[in-house]
Amino acid sequence: MNRRDFIQLGSLSAGALLATSFAARGANPVHPQSFSDPGLDVSIKKRLADAGLNTARKQGATYADIRIGRYLNQFITTREDRVQSIVNTESFGAGVRVLVNGSWGFAAVENVKNEEQIVKATLAAANIAKANAKIASVPIELAPQIGYGEVSWQTPGVQNALQIPAREKVDLLLEVNRAALENGANFVNSNLFLINEQKYFASTDGTYADQDVHRIWPNFTVTSIDKSTGIFQTRSSLSSPVGRGYEYLKTNPTDKVTGVTTRYNRAYDIFEDVTAAARQSREKSSAKSVEAGKYDLVLDPSHLWLTIHESVGHATELDRVLGFEANLAGTSFATLDKWKSGKFNYGSQKVNIFADKTQEGSLGAVGWDDEGVKATKWDLIKNGILVNYQATRDQIHILNNNQPQGSSYADSWSSVQFQRMANVSLQAGKTPLSVDELIRDVKKGIYIIGDGSYSIDQQRYNFQFGGQLFYEIRDGKIINQLKDVAYQANTQEFWNSLVAVSDERDYRLGGTFFDGKGQPGQSSSVSHGSATARFNGVNVINTARKI
Amino acid sequence: MAILSEQEAKIVISKALGFSGSDEIFVSLKGENNGNIRYAGNSVSTSGETSNISLSVTSVFGKKSGTATTSELDEEAIRKVVSRAEELARLAPDNPEYVKGLQAQQFQPTPSFFTSTDQIDADYRAQGALHSIESGKKAGLNVAGFIQNASGFTAIGNDKGLFGYNKASSVNFSATVRTEDGSGSGYAAQDYNDSAHLNIKSATDIAVQKALASSKARALEPGKYTVILEPQAGQELLRNLVSSFDARSAEEGRSFLSKKGGGTRLGEKLFDEKVTIYSDPFHRDIPSLPFSPDPGDGRPIEKTVWVEKGVVKNLSYSRYWADKKSVKPIVAAGGFIFEGGTKSLAELIKNTERGILVTRLWYIRAVDPQTLLYTGLTRDGTFYIENGQIKYPVKNFRFNESPVIMLNNLEEAGIPQRVRGSLVPPLKIRDFTFTSLSDAV
Repeated sequence: MNRRDFIQLGSLSAGALLATSFAARGANPVHPQSFSDPGLDVSIKKRLADAGLNTARKQGATYADIRIGRYLNQFITTREDRVQSIVNTESFGAGVRVLVNGSWGFAAVENVKNEEQIVKATLAAANIAKANAKIASVPIELAPQIGYGEVSWQTPGVQNALQIPAREKVDLLLEVNRAALENGANFVNSNLFLINEQKYFASTDGTYADQDVHRIWPNFTVTSIDKSTGIFQTRSSLSSPVGRGYEYLKTNPTDKVTGVTTRYNRAYDIFEDVTAAARQSREKSSAKSVEAGKYDLVLDPSHLWLTIHESVGHATELDRVLGFEANLAGTSFATLDKWKSGKFNYGSQKVNIFADKTQEGSLGAVGWDDEGVKATKWDLIKNGILVNYQATRDQIHILNNNQPQGSSYADSWSSVQFQRMANVSLQAGKTPLSVDELIRDVKKGIYIIGDGSYSIDQQRYNFQFGGQLFYEIRDGKIINQLKDVAYQANTQEFWNSLVAVSDERDYRLGGTFFDGKGQPGQSSSVSHGSATARFNGVNVINTARKI
Repeated sequence: MAILSEQEAKIVISKALGFSGSDEIFVSLKGENNGNIRYAGNSVSTSGETSNISLSVTSVFGKKSGTATTSELDEEAIRKVVSRAEELARLAPDNPEYVKGLQAQQFQPTPSFFTSTDQIDADYRAQGALHSIESGKKAGLNVAGFIQNASGFTAIGNDKGLFGYNKASSVNFSATVRTEDGSGSGYAAQDYNDSAHLNIKSATDIAVQKALASSKARALEPGKYTVILEPQAGQELLRNLVSSFDARSAEEGRSFLSKKGGGTRLGEKLFDEKVTIYSDPFHRDIPSLPFSPDPGDGRPIEKTVWVEKGVVKNLSYSRYWADKKSVKPIVAAGGFIFEGGTKSLAELIKNTERGILVTRLWYIRAVDPQTLLYTGLTRDGTFYIENGQIKYPVKNFRFNESPVIMLNNLEEAGIPQRVRGSLVPPLKIRDFTFTSLSDAV
């Protein structure tokens, strides 16, 4: 999925990072005032949910869950001196999942208002489960889960961006565009994407979780054109989509990471970044074209998140490993035998990668997942060895484990939940190491900042990544900007070439709003953290061509 | 209920127009029934059916517009949705690119709806999945697949007498077949408006053959090779090319079609003379919507030649940009037709001394918009050809290639076939650039 899909949504046409519409099902344009409506009271949601759960029990369900979801989105898109669209949408309904005769059944109902509707959907789900049970060869084995009673969770410390007047947000973006043009860009597109998921989850385990999840993504792309040569270059923002509110756009000095260009941590200075971007896109036009060959790569967290996402995040999804995604996204090289051996060197000893649904400011942060599992953190790769996967309650037994992790997500009340990626992150180095110190030892290297082009095979072996900014390193010093850079590697070789990771001070999150999976497709938001890391002897290609 | 007749749609649209108090109003009404079944590891994993209808109203005051939608079509709901659109329009900032609505247009009917497809039900899909799974099982292989059908209608109207209506149906099937040991993989896909053409069993059989034949592949050095791209492999790269024929970005200087010093490359010979690409919503093999349904649009979509004998013949224009440039506002291509030749894939292989047969490309992403460079990988069966024969399976490659360069290196195009709503021939290309090897199967 890409940014274009968001914009398509602006014109209301239906739509992995794959193409699928983003929470578009049942998303109706609304007056922004409705963003201040509180939605259904939690006591009503409980009453509706109980009606469904009781019906499910009567139908012989050994387990059932009800998700009552209200999804609010606002997308503002601009270019140069004009607003292209302001889209405000609301989607509300309930999804019912039941486990009857060892098989799943699912049904959903839009604009749920009364118990009868929930009961009807529950009966439909039960009938589907019964029909599926007749052709199923093996019954579903669901890991037990304790009930948490009536609980709630909200994205911490959030200033609800949906309640900021649209005018203020439009003015901000048009100011950003003005700054870009004044600093030498020929074109600029800037956008603000805001999401609020109000999710109520109830299950026969006895959990009733009311959650209020907020996400924000301010971003832009500037384009500079050299008329004499006809060369055009772009530079996209170094912001990240995050699990925060409008406060993400108000920076303190501690939110900034200074260096060859400023990068951002807990908050983002869009004016500073667009001003730098306008200059850098112009400089890129006349930058040196890279000489292909082996380089030591120094990868900033604003870039490395995507490499982690593609080469570790997806490869350790258990449903891929088991073949459930074979017809679309593919399978995984990280097969069960490798995990069982306890010796599979996914990376060097410095590689510690963990899944985490609790990290503050991350896109995946929730209190409970979409099957009532409390958010948690677990290791995937420990000291370089593959030690675990990401699994749902009906898969975890395959790992001889009955401790659910919390990897279940559905992108709408109308979609059935399935295994989705947690925030998967590279642990920062344990010994103090600044980025300057990390670069100091590099003889021939490239420092890459920001994410760019990305592609990886269906088993997650061979990948190629570009970036936004590339700096040549010679004898420990950054000497100039480069262009036409992409690196290619094999996942296992790449992670085994990791020789150093900066310490906790440099740890930052990147992420995506558009992780696509499934048929029909669903989209999920996920963050990936790291500190700057060094990889030795990686193959770099030159991407310039003549046409 | 989800599929209204032309007359029923006209009544709903007229009601919405009647409630309008804005300067202009554009209404679109869409309904669709669809169903799907997904299977993996030789058993069904998920299945579902949905039916939806949506009335979308865009109201305009001056250059301010607002859109609201509803799924309810009673008079009160229609009145409310119009009033909500007007409320949103008053709140909106001026859109300097707004162009006034079109007068009534003539739309030719297109044969895009088939009762055969409309009648597909859960049993049909379950049987299809079973046939597909059985084909794989018989050969001791694992099948994962997806069948999806849809039928629906689109209607548009505005306050100036514009009215359009179209019914369409589609069925899509794809399957990936893998050997038990994971050493071989094959893929097949079909898509049609008319499900009478769909043959799930024979398509799966092709994937079975490819899975068996691709097992235990040998490694070849990456580099430049003559390749034969099966239609399934070539379609996405060609689609990326065709969807880049946008006049505005070319004239703004940020497209592969921009000319150094300003202007576009319209009229220039950019490809081999064997390349002719056009789009046509009335083509009987890939019929599609004959008008643009976007709010404020409604242009008829006509047959348009994009490339003729290697020369760029047309670029697409939004209504705003065409108005500004005083040219005809040509709608961008959806599906496209790449004119091919008379040879089959087998004949292309037979006439190849040394080359690589690529059956599918995967994870294709843009690398450089200046040259339209893309990267991606071969997948689900890649084979070495020598002296006109497939000799052995080879490991998958990563490529870095531009469709512009590729179509300058076109040796021969075969008989086109339908792939994802386009007609694409097998293409024999020299000097296709593979940059690394992948262990993926």
